[in-house]
Amino acid sequence: MAGILSYGAYVPPTRLAFATVGGRPAKEGGPEKAVAWNDEDAVSMAVSAAVNCLRGLDRATVDAVMFASTTYPFAEKQGAAFLARALDLPRSVRSVDFSGSLRAGTSALRAAADAVAAGSARRVLVVASDCRTAAPGTPLETNVGDAAVAFLVGDADPIATLDASHAVADEIVDVWRTAGDRFIHTWEDRFVVQEGYLPGIVEAVAGLLEKTGTSPDDYAKLCLYAPDARSHGGAARKLRVDAARLQDPLFGRLGNAGCAFALLQLAHALEDASPGERLLAAAYGDGAEVLAFTTSEHLEKLEPRRSVSWHLARRRGVKSYDRYLKARNLQLGEYEPPRDQGLSATIHFRERDEDVSFVAQKCNACGAVQFPHQRVCETCFAKDGFARQRLSDRTGRVLTYTFDFFFPTPDPPTVVTICEIDGARVHLQLVNCAPEDVALDMPVEFELRRIHQSGGRPNYYWKATPVPEAG
Amino acid sequence: MGLDAIRDKAAIVGVGCCKFGENWDQSPSDMIVDAAYQAYADAGIEKPQEEIDAVFCGSLYSQKGPHETSDALKLWKPVTEVSNYCATGTDAFRCGVMAIACGLYDTVLVVGYDKPKDRGVSGPSVMMNQVRDLPQTPAGWFSICASRYFEKYGASREDLARVAIKNHHNGTLAPNSFLKREITLDDYMKARIISWPFGLYDCAAQTDGAAAVVLTRAELAKSRRDDPVVVKGVTVFAGPNPQKDPSMDFLAWKPTVAAARDAFEMSGVTADDVDVAQVHDCFSLTELLTYEDLGFCEKGSAKEHIADGAFELGGRLPVNTDGGLKSFGHPTGATGVRMIYENVLQLQGRAEKRQVPDPEIALSHNIGGHPTACGIAILGRA
Repeated sequence: MAGILSYGAYVPPTRLAFATVGGRPAKEGGPEKAVAWNDEDAVSMAVSAAVNCLRGLDRATVDAVMFASTTYPFAEKQGAAFLARALDLPRSVRSVDFSGSLRAGTSALRAAADAVAAGSARRVLVVASDCRTAAPGTPLETNVGDAAVAFLVGDADPIATLDASHAVADEIVDVWRTAGDRFIHTWEDRFVVQEGYLPGIVEAVAGLLEKTGTSPDDYAKLCLYAPDARSHGGAARKLRVDAARLQDPLFGRLGNAGCAFALLQLAHALEDASPGERLLAAAYGDGAEVLAFTTSEHLEKLEPRRSVSWHLARRRGVKSYDRYLKARNLQLGEYEPPRDQGLSATIHFRERDEDVSFVAQKCNACGAVQFPHQRVCETCFAKDGFARQRLSDRTGRVLTYTFDFFFPTPDPPTVVTICEIDGARVHLQLVNCAPEDVALDMPVEFELRRIHQSGGRPNYYWKATPVPEAG
Repeated sequence: MGLDAIRDKAAIVGVGCCKFGENWDQSPSDMIVDAAYQAYADAGIEKPQEEIDAVFCGSLYSQKGPHETSDALKLWKPVTEVSNYCATGTDAFRCGVMAIACGLYDTVLVVGYDKPKDRGVSGPSVMMNQVRDLPQTPAGWFSICASRYFEKYGASREDLARVAIKNHHNGTLAPNSFLKREITLDDYMKARIISWPFGLYDCAAQTDGAAAVVLTRAELAKSRRDDPVVVKGVTVFAGPNPQKDPSMDFLAWKPTVAAARDAFEMSGVTADDVDVAQVHDCFSLTELLTYEDLGFCEKGSAKEHIADGAFELGGRLPVNTDGGLKSFGHPTGATGVRMIYENVLQLQGRAEKRQVPDPEIALSHNIGGHPTACGIAILGRA
């Protein structure tokens, strides 16, 4: 039976305290939300979540990628194909994007399970990632947060089987963005909740319960999407869900993560679940979609994942609201960003292996690993005899570093390093590390980030990050 | 034939250098004319259209190629423009020397120039043309030796400060320099950090400027002036990017080590014979490493020699007598030629308040790129 084989999440480490939004000093333990920084977006977060999902597993057997997001930066150009390349998956992978609705994540997960059940795919990587921005100064600003979650779906020894699903489609203009809109729009909040969210989610969940002959008490955890904490409580009351059975949606810690939100709660629930438990995940958006799972004994065999708890523990506060505005490009500048032609698409095409997949080469003659691609070996000068070697899932060490205060960033300095990875020397920025914590020879791993916006397009490359002490 | 094939074949008979600085009211052509006509006058050239046989020029930022110089000077000549990062000026000079040495021309003009201040950017711009070719600024390229070098040899920002203080002082003594301001250790320590360990005073002043040299065959030199300077050797190296070189130890810059070996062999002199030197101080640490990489002192010992004042005016080997890139200014393509200008003045006893006593051998050195290029020119009295 089709189900979840593995999972992983990514929550940006940066937290914006609500006090900081209001111009007050942030208090330890006060309410906050997770925010993608200037070098993160739905794509970079999706790659990191997928890496965490696939950690320790064979990537070569993944035969489909489904990417759900309402904030993928391109209108025409696929995200799933980019993910496949960044993850160095086989070229024969089937790639699909899901978008347009906050239930794109659950829709993708269900489609993946359907594909496996139908035999058209064996192992499907599903990634939901959202990075929605509310207009500065609006009440919505503190509700939305940024995060990504990934699941590997297949039918060989799943940790949780997909038992049932139910969906409701509805037409309502309650929360929306038109093409090109930067900020989320909503109609009057009472209308949004009373005519949109509440009846939608209740109808879908009740429909699933009826279909399966179960009641809320049969589920260890119910993972409910909600636009905010209050309506989350309202839905639970209407559905008569015992508070202990509600998965904590983490309002005031992470925020509403859009199409990743219900699935992020599901990943969080899987961390603590025991075999033989039922879990329910429900997403809302132009109707609602509900998925019901039962965990299996294989749950305990899966190595611990970098999931929600791991990311909750990894946080740094934003120093000022101003820096947040800078990082999210929400400040007026003297000039519009230049609309140049951007990076040469030809060069990007030629260098995808290095820039997107972070693949180095290993000399067949002397074994030296080097990056980027070159035709003559750095070490033995042999010509044109190299094998591919992926660096993205390796660890390395900081050989030398500097703190660059001149590089444009909302919070200088930028830590710049030369890292040694399998013997190759690579010039990389270091993130998630304050200058005072940088040390020679410190171990690092790698994350895909937005490097700049040349050409008005997001351009991606890899950065180094300290290897966490555990995990 | 060999590395000594060009030794003493070419002589410098005229030098010129415009005022370096933020030359808002001067075009590249204006500065080229200033520098070239000074050099003409110095060489006794009255009819350049007849007396100059060929021109070699260098610029990093120019988009116009040889036309910028040929149009400025109204010369219909073989004109070549080279580009080699900060070694550009020395490379143009090298081409001129080789052209003279092989007997192709009697007299050539070498011009180095750049006009970075027309770009509307303060300091070097952070170029972001590729996603991985420059995840930092030029200060970041050159500062990557610091953490390893400091750890191994116990050097620190105080040692860098003495280099900066020296070059600020020397700059006050050179009429055409940009910065004419002494700084103190306190000024140095209080300045903002650009790319650790480099603060504001560790970084060269990017300026506009042009410099020019007239070269002729050694046997013709005395007809131009009584005190010509001969070229003992000149070399320019380019190499792979040190950032990905698996044998790079971040304790020395390889381009300098390699170029120095060649330059001394070409010239038939050693580091001990050098009486005055202009070395590339794009950043203070570059100058410190260069003392060692050129063999002016043992690897790791630069801080002791700095503390002893060895490289100050009045020291055993004065370095950057005109203030260097730090204070004289750094118009990239002009810098190598400006250094040759200063060394010629020193060898001819024309350096006024900054004159080194009776020098016989003078060396100039540039390092540029990531750094990947190095140029060295060694001059001597004829």
